[in-house]
Amino acid sequence: MQIHTGGLAPAPYTMTGPDWKPAASLKAMHARAEMLNRVRQFFRQRRVLEVETPCLAGAAATDPNIESFAVAGRSGEQLFLNTSPEFFMKRLLCAGSGDIYQVCKAFREDERGRLHNPEFTMLEWYRTGFGLSELMHEVAELLELVLARRGLARTAHFISYRALFQDGIGIDPLQAHARQLRQVLCELGVTPPDGEDELDALLDLAMSSILMPGLPPDTLTFVFDYPASQAALARRHPDEPGLARRFEALLNGVELANGFEELRDADEQAGRFDKDLGRRRQRGQTAVRPDDRFLAALRAGLPECCGVAMGLDRVLMLALGARSLDQVMSFPIELA
Amino acid sequence: MRCFQLTATAGAAILMATYNTNEFRSGLKVLIDGDPCAIVENEFVKPGKGQAFNRVKIRNLKTGRVVDRTFRSGESVEAADVHDTELQYLYYDGEFWHFMDPQSFAQFQADAAAVGDAAQWLKDQDLCQVTLWNDAPLIVVAPKFVELRITETDPGVRGDTAQGGVKPATLETGAVVKVPLFVEEGEMIKVDTRSGEYVSRARD
Repeated sequence: MQIHTGGLAPAPYTMTGPDWKPAASLKAMHARAEMLNRVRQFFRQRRVLEVETPCLAGAAATDPNIESFAVAGRSGEQLFLNTSPEFFMKRLLCAGSGDIYQVCKAFREDERGRLHNPEFTMLEWYRTGFGLSELMHEVAELLELVLARRGLARTAHFISYRALFQDGIGIDPLQAHARQLRQVLCELGVTPPDGEDELDALLDLAMSSILMPGLPPDTLTFVFDYPASQAALARRHPDEPGLARRFEALLNGVELANGFEELRDADEQAGRFDKDLGRRRQRGQTAVRPDDRFLAALRAGLPECCGVAMGLDRVLMLALGARSLDQVMSFPIELA
Repeated sequence: MRCFQLTATAGAAILMATYNTNEFRSGLKVLIDGDPCAIVENEFVKPGKGQAFNRVKIRNLKTGRVVDRTFRSGESVEAADVHDTELQYLYYDGEFWHFMDPQSFAQFQADAAAVGDAAQWLKDQDLCQVTLWNDAPLIVVAPKFVELRITETDPGVRGDTAQGGVKPATLETGAVVKVPLFVEEGEMIKVDTRSGEYVSRARD
């Protein structure tokens, strides 16, 4: 039987030695530098402070859908590569930083595909005193500037998660049963994996396989008010407990940004961590320890704020009309 | 990385090769619902905060049909022991086509489902590309070009060659191809098996 090498195997040796050349063109490298300039200019004009927080963190992500790379120190300490700078940035906010942004690397294990690389560039920012709608508009303005597409913000389309599902596949995501959604997916030609009966997983599959590709092309779309079961770190909707104040920005089938009206209640946050840990146990995933320093900061008080994270490699990909992240990254994981 | 899982079956331990979804790429051979399949296309889909899936187009190597399947990322799928090899065609016994590995002299028998349309081009001694699944022929591909004798065709009419006229000719294997009018019964001709078209007269 033939031996197949795995996805993360070293680059193959050729007659001239290992493949050392970058994947991105020189043009893409210039475009990246220009994008970063525009991002910094955008926030400078708006008096948002640029900050830096560590890539090496003491706590791993608890989210069952996100795996942290573990780094073992020589003296036995266990560290993790950051999957997002969120907790560090919120600690700065709790310490009184005011509006802040950061461009950093984030790392997520087992994420590789046309739109994924285990290491990627993230832009994350927080606005105190902003509502979710103000932040969505700011995201649209930033994207209009960075993508150099006039009218992108003005023509942006806003739709609630619930309306998107109802209009798109005739399912109310807040009332639906897994079995019913599974049947609809099968009818639409997207057969879920055997035994997949978790409603949120099926909603994710419908979102990424049917609803996102079906959105109007070249139109920035904001999907907002996610089901509370997918709240992540967003606050619950004050009038509708079944909903969370979370949004995503989508363009041409690509998820570009994810934002929250931030959860400020430390007890509720601790409860969500427990729930995450329970799901991890149930799914046989690695056990992680919640970030106590982050919880302590929340207890000290997080100002009312909204925050958003944006995948800059994806933004660059769309700016250049590329089909895959590999075309805009100097060295994707296989060449790293 | 290839993983091997130890599976205990009726007291005996057997090695079962599996592939994790992160090893999926086109051409990989996997076992789906007991059938050998080849991955045609693989896409990793994952909302930032959501469940990761691999959406895959798979060709069933028995039926040739392409279907869409979705896997939970990280799931493992059993590998299919499928590989291509070159075998020499020996003979047809009325039910099976028999082949031999020219190196090891190991013999294989292929059924009509595996041979399919290739049957009309098979001539003893010819080397064919055969896809083996668990060491049994799954797909037999005839050589791209075969040289076969014409056993029956109408006599050619001289002078018609310029018009490029053609006539049907039956070959020794039973296949019928269109040949130019000047080609005669008993001659050897070269045929392209992919299109089923006459190429030229063969040098005897």
